[in-house]
Amino acid sequence: MTQMTMGKALNEGLRAAMQADDKVVVLGEDIGALGGVFRITEGLQDQFGPQRVVDTPLAESGIVGTAIGLAMRGYRPVCEIQFDGFVYPGFDQIVSQLAKMRARSGGRLAMPVVIRIPCGGGIGAVEHHSESNEAYFAHTAGLRVVSCATPEDAFHMIQQAVLSDDPVVFFEPKRRYWDKGDVADTPSLDLHSARVVRAGADVTLVAHGPSVKVAEQAASFAASDGVDVQVVDLRSVSPLDTTTLHACARSTGRVVVVHEASTFLGIGAEVAASVTEHCFRDLQAPVLRVGAYDLPYPPSKAEDDFLPGVDRVLDALERSLSY
Amino acid sequence: MTALRSVPVASPERSVQALLPRAAAIPTQYLSPDGNLTEQGRGAPIDDALMTTMFRDMYLGRRLDQQALNLQRQGELGLWLMSLGQEASQVGSIRALRDTDYVFPSYREHVAGLCRGLTPTQLLSQWRGVVHAGWDWEATRFHFYSLVLGSQTLHATGYAIGLKHDGVDDVVLTYVGDGATSQGDVNEALNWAAVNDAPIVFFCQNNNWAISTPNRAQYRGALHRRATGFGLRSYIVDGNDALAVHDVTQAAVSHARNGGGPVFIEADTYRMAGHSTSDDPRRYREDAETEVWKARDPITRLELYLRASGVDDDYFSEVRAEGDDLAESVRKACLQLEEPVLTDLFSKVYAEQHPVMDLQHAEHLRFLSTLEAAQ
Ligand SMILES: Cc1ncc(C[n+]2csc(CCOP(=O)(O)OP(=O)(O)O)c2C)c(N)n1
Ligand SMILES: [Mg+2]
Repeated sequence: MTQMTMGKALNEGLRAAMQADDKVVVLGEDIGALGGVFRITEGLQDQFGPQRVVDTPLAESGIVGTAIGLAMRGYRPVCEIQFDGFVYPGFDQIVSQLAKMRARSGGRLAMPVVIRIPCGGGIGAVEHHSESNEAYFAHTAGLRVVSCATPEDAFHMIQQAVLSDDPVVFFEPKRRYWDKGDVADTPSLDLHSARVVRAGADVTLVAHGPSVKVAEQAASFAASDGVDVQVVDLRSVSPLDTTTLHACARSTGRVVVVHEASTFLGIGAEVAASVTEHCFRDLQAPVLRVGAYDLPYPPSKAEDDFLPGVDRVLDALERSLSY
Repeated sequence: MTALRSVPVASPERSVQALLPRAAAIPTQYLSPDGNLTEQGRGAPIDDALMTTMFRDMYLGRRLDQQALNLQRQGELGLWLMSLGQEASQVGSIRALRDTDYVFPSYREHVAGLCRGLTPTQLLSQWRGVVHAGWDWEATRFHFYSLVLGSQTLHATGYAIGLKHDGVDDVVLTYVGDGATSQGDVNEALNWAAVNDAPIVFFCQNNNWAISTPNRAQYRGALHRRATGFGLRSYIVDGNDALAVHDVTQAAVSHARNGGGPVFIEADTYRMAGHSTSDDPRRYREDAETEVWKARDPITRLELYLRASGVDDDYFSEVRAEGDDLAESVRKACLQLEEPVLTDLFSKVYAEQHPVMDLQHAEHLRFLSTLEAAQ
């Protein structure tokens, strides 16, 4: 057990993955000498050399497209996209090429490619640097989509993602990079299991990525008002761990789902539909969603009102409980 | 004339990686770094008024840059990207345009923006996080910044095709960085402009770095040669020589205006500061390299020339005083910038009424009222 920040945990996780398998290569813009703009790859180029830690030309389509070719040659590429809003030039390579390669090859071609994307807002950034675009990828068959919320998960999930023979889009909540936490030596869950991070009997609060902390804070406030909130960290948004999700929903009968992404057709919509389809008889209230408004990410001085914060979550909990 | 690239640097290879030859042609240069006219420069037309205007533009641009840096360091701006060292590229190029020519900048063109009449405060507003587009792009013919690299080059090309269809003789100039030229969009734009004979000038400020990525990791064939391959007329110019940049851009613009088709200009310059206020260039480049370029400073160069040609102290102290005023007023105005209000944004996403916007606006107002009730 060691204490470290999420950024450091990702760095150590990547290091461990590269040590374990010399077919693991890391590609991205400014990831070598600079160590990436968030320093997630710091020191890796010194340790593994410029052939395994590659500063690419400035082209996301190139990063993902060549990763596909490398995967066909037996490599296990980990691509870094510098910011969420810059993944779109690589979108075709991800959703039409990477995602479909296995099915198109009749189930034969493995695509062990990880695409790391620092995501989410709350850091006062300029436009295109704060987006939560996981739903675009989760909507695409052939991709696995996960998001870590703690240093512990960051460390283990990145290694599990590298081990997967399927493409994994790996979302890193950038505003949590500097948060510290304990990291155990061995993982306690597989890549696609949800985790109940707080037990509670009155209402279930479902979150992933940067919103997990918001959910936990809201649960603490609610507790001081005598409301017992269960908090579930999805960890994986595709596939969803519906076993855990449904069991939690049944146990409280009330579900609120929160995420930083826009509400319309966000992961919350899938959670709500799944819970409603499978747990209808056990529900005491409709599943409520708390997401960002369906606006393009606003100038940063307005982001606190745009992002679902603790107050909006508490408001939804109250509505769920009083239904 | 010696090629810029062959300037010897007494330091290990790694430290000068960004200076390695790129099979480039020799950049056009009119003013040498010590402010003397080169042989090429002696044959060029020189407009004294333009020279003092460009000096003032560059000087004020640098003062704005410095003040913005201070404001960022004091927490008043979220981020700032300096133009430091690239003033001649920006001023020389924008001053070669007519006011009606349309400009699509990238995101580092504050000095060019100032020349187009943008106020310093407008230029700061985006970096303070109060708006995405801080000025009237129609009035200034200067589009708002594009942060997704290279995307603006396609918009610029489309706009230029529109101008051509409309039979208007304005041209478009778009700024793009060396790193951005690796994007598919930029290569599509070059090709598109070529097959449409679009009246557009692609102005590439090759400042040798894309964050920490030096040119040799970015591309191997010189950029102006790549443009030639796409069928564009192309130039390479000393980007720290305002006079040469101006003349080359003027030639490019008149070529495009007269129906000659698109032009590419590679301005050989250098990013003297870090990529942005979040960057630490010492992690990836040696001071020795920056020192080489310091000796080629665009403002010093023009000042030396102007002084040698008889411009007196009065002029320089006048410009300096103007710079002091600018710095002072920028600070005040920056702190007074109005902050955005989320409720105002729901009506700005669609041209026509949209039920999701209406619902969410209502939901937002309902939520705000619960907060008020709680107080
Ligand atoms: C599509 C895209 N990918 C990545 C980025 C992140 N990014 C911002 S600036 C930059 C480097 C740009 O270098 P260059 O084009 O040479 O322009 P300069 O900053 O040197 O002016 C990068 C990688 C981005 N803005 N857009
Ligand atoms: Mg550059």
